[in-house]
Amino acid sequence: MTTPAEPHRNTLSDMELRVLALEKLLIDKGYVDAKALDLLIDTYEHRVGPRNGAKVVARAWVDADYRARLSADATAAIAEFGYTGRQGEHMVALFNEPGVHHLVVCTLCSCYPWPVLGLPPAWYKSAPYRSRAVIDPRGVLSDFGLELSAQTELRVFDSTAELRYLVIPTRPAGTDGWTVEQLADLVTRDSMIGTGLPLSPDAAPATPTARSAA
Amino acid sequence: MQGFGRVVPDADDAHFHETWEPMAFALTLAMGATGSWNLDQGRFARESLPPAQYLASTYYRIWFEALVRLMLERGQVTEAELADGLMREPPRPLTRVLGADAVAEVLARGAPTERHPLAPARFAVGDAVMARQINPATHTRLPRYVRGRQGTIVSLHGTHVYPDTHARGEGESPCWLYTVRFDAHELWGADTTASSVFVDCWEPYLDPLASARAHSPTSAGPR
Repeated sequence: MTTPAEPHRNTLSDMELRVLALEKLLIDKGYVDAKALDLLIDTYEHRVGPRNGAKVVARAWVDADYRARLSADATAAIAEFGYTGRQGEHMVALFNEPGVHHLVVCTLCSCYPWPVLGLPPAWYKSAPYRSRAVIDPRGVLSDFGLELSAQTELRVFDSTAELRYLVIPTRPAGTDGWTVEQLADLVTRDSMIGTGLPLSPDAAPATPTARSAA
Repeated sequence: MQGFGRVVPDADDAHFHETWEPMAFALTLAMGATGSWNLDQGRFARESLPPAQYLASTYYRIWFEALVRLMLERGQVTEAELADGLMREPPRPLTRVLGADAVAEVLARGAPTERHPLAPARFAVGDAVMARQINPATHTRLPRYVRGRQGTIVSLHGTHVYPDTHARGEGESPCWLYTVRFDAHELWGADTTASSVFVDCWEPYLDPLASARAHSPTSAGPR
């Protein structure tokens, strides 16, 4: 919405009115550009999303050299795909392995790797997740229907600085010979945060890549 | 704080849940791009909402209230103007305005916080450290749950803009940034299902422990 309509007080909420007022005011003051606002919204609604991270993970699964580059310098390796910039300037890849599972949180606010995952889901920014992930990650995973073995080491990363973490889940069994595109379809957003695992081959979508980048 | 209950996964993949949220998001980014305040000042403004209001607000409501507060502080808008969106005061000068043609480039560039080191790192991988017991009235990124706790340096990340001073408008003062591993039992006692918690700490957050690396004879003791 870049041309705010005259508010109808019997249909718009208080917040809708306040945001409309602020938008009009900031455009009139020349502080913000109306088209820039549209582009910002469009970028994060449609152009940046977890499909980006899924491609990174799938590539790491098939290409040992890429995986090594991702481990040594995740920012540069992710930039090979053109995924750079805001809230992803300093990337670190966390590799799950048998017996080791990573979970990423920002207890202090909502820091999240936008260039590879897009905007965070509401639960990631919520008080329950922010407070419990560092104390009871197993309980949090249970809320997602995920149970790990008692022997699994749970490493929780609190994103307190500008380092942004991308979990690289383990490759599902039964995917030998799969293409990167097929493998990317198995990589869920939650598996790259740590609150889920990748899909198994029999759960893969029938029509892959039908989703947009978001 | 604790006791917030279960994590409830989102019902769908929508980024925004209210009609006004996309614009609140865009206005925040666009005003942030003017250089009127830095990211750390922005975070501090959000944190500074009264706790009861903060906890009762949805995420983008917090963003909106903080944006309004930051702009009021700088005289960029007035309360009267906010009430109806009608400009009454002339605009304040800005360093820059984010034009449409610059959006893609600005987003792709981001705002890296790493800076050239001004001094050697005090700590090395493997060092035992203690997170300082601090309680600043202003912004910090040292979570309460690690203050006074012992951990181990697991990696160095160069020097980065130091948020504690940056949020007070006192400059970047870049400091060495470390990832510190804390054993979960050290943090929570027996009542935890985590194995370890990793926290990114700037050097001023940390003190060395007496049991520093054996092959570093010049290690200073705790201050």
